Amino acid sequence: MAVNFVRPIIPKLAKDPWAIQFDSQGHLKHLLTIEGLGPTWITRILDTAEGFMSVTDREIKKVPLLRGRTVVNLFFESSTRTRTTFELAAKRLSADVLNINLSTSATTKGESLLDTLRNIEAMQADMFVVRHDQSGAAHFIARHVAPHVSVLNAGDGWHAHPTQALLDAFTIRRIKGDFAPLRIAIVGDVRHSRVARSQIHAFNSLNVGELRVIGPRTLIPNDIEPLGVRVFHDMRTGLKDVDVIIMLRLQRERMESGLLPTEQEFYRLYGLTEEKLGWAKPDAIVMHPGPANRGVEIESRVADGPQSVILEQVSNGIGVRMAVMALCMSASTE
Amino acid sequence: MMQSMPDTPTLNPIDDLMTQIYRDLQHAIDQGQLTNPLMVGIHSGGVWIAEALHQRLNLSDPLGRLNITFYRDDFDTIGLHPQVAPSQLPVDIDGRDIILVDDVLYTGRTIRAALNELFDYGRPARIWLTVLYERDGRELPIAAQTVGQRLQLNPQQQIHVDGPTPLTARIVTREDTH
Repeated sequence: MAVNFVRPIIPKLAKDPWAIQFDSQGHLKHLLTIEGLGPTWITRILDTAEGFMSVTDREIKKVPLLRGRTVVNLFFESSTRTRTTFELAAKRLSADVLNINLSTSATTKGESLLDTLRNIEAMQADMFVVRHDQSGAAHFIARHVAPHVSVLNAGDGWHAHPTQALLDAFTIRRIKGDFAPLRIAIVGDVRHSRVARSQIHAFNSLNVGELRVIGPRTLIPNDIEPLGVRVFHDMRTGLKDVDVIIMLRLQRERMESGLLPTEQEFYRLYGLTEEKLGWAKPDAIVMHPGPANRGVEIESRVADGPQSVILEQVSNGIGVRMAVMALCMSASTE
Repeated sequence: MMQSMPDTPTLNPIDDLMTQIYRDLQHAIDQGQLTNPLMVGIHSGGVWIAEALHQRLNLSDPLGRLNITFYRDDFDTIGLHPQVAPSQLPVDIDGRDIILVDDVLYTGRTIRAALNELFDYGRPARIWLTVLYERDGRELPIAAQTVGQRLQLNPQQQIHVDGPTPLTARIVTREDTH
């Protein structure tokens, strides 16, 4: 059950497990994890996203870049927000989009994952956007798809959610500018969070001044400090002088598994209230990957307050996903 | 180094060309061929030229900038340009006369992309193409209304415009560009 936070299952598969993300020319082909991208590719994605943001301000919110391509959203785990923004991103690039919800489809009829893949490939798909509850699922698919197909990881188990981390970095850069002077705190259930894993790798690559995680001992991985993260178990000290607060979603099953006493207890200690927000810098921004549990990890007045950028994160997600799709597809045409 | 061949045409001084283009455009405005035009430059060379012309023509609306990267037809072969400065059209283009500015008119594909992008912003009344250099080699039925200099070049030759200040141009043979 326990997943090693620093090195999850996937690296055992190959000597350079992240090399699969690039084609023979060194161009980004699949986006499976933040690891291996380095500051150059991350910055390139953010810069490209900036260009796409202007498209969403126009009357016709569409460019013809991926006309004639087919993007398939393969969701083995339900998610409205992520799937919708991937769908919108693909449509704004003029691609055709197919949404396949496999949690209720073929796999429950006993069809294997590879059979499902082959069938969708036969429909001339050019890109798979994959969400799966198993860590490493997107890697597995990337290793087995036809050579012209790109794979984007839209969240796999506890492992990675790279586009979420990229849109968070993009949102921070748009508001705060340079990463070097920033203190960023990630608060809550870091242990089970693929979002937190991807964020830590992204922020480290971008040379964020100081990266903190705040949460109860049961929800912070023991092996996290080598990643260059300062661990706090107390909000008052953890939030001091912080520029960016990222609240993570608390899964209800954590209470059931005995890692936490009650929601009320968690809220009292770690829920972001207006009072606790006052411990951070006065111009600190509040982020949340959504969907937020109001009254569990965040107070409604904070989520809807002037320091919250939660809805900007959603809008920015479209531009960032357009950038990742366009960059990966421009390699897949060789 | 650039290889000078005996039949290589000479580029006229840019200052002279700019003055001539300015006069032609001012004439078109005075004659009523262009009404209260909005100037739009194509990244990057076209924007440099448009900036200079915009100032001299004393146009009322701010300059627009088009980045046609998302509209190119060679995305399949060359991919996305890493630095994509976004397009900026500061005012509504519906019903407007637009002076579209680029540095070199060659195959016409850049202008095709720019026209498509403009029509995703609105429906202009007229688009008036202005280029510093027009050379042979059109692959699409596209023509410029105001031209600084017309040249005949062989297919290996290209006109490279550098800027913004100073604005310079030179003819290079393809081997030099690698």
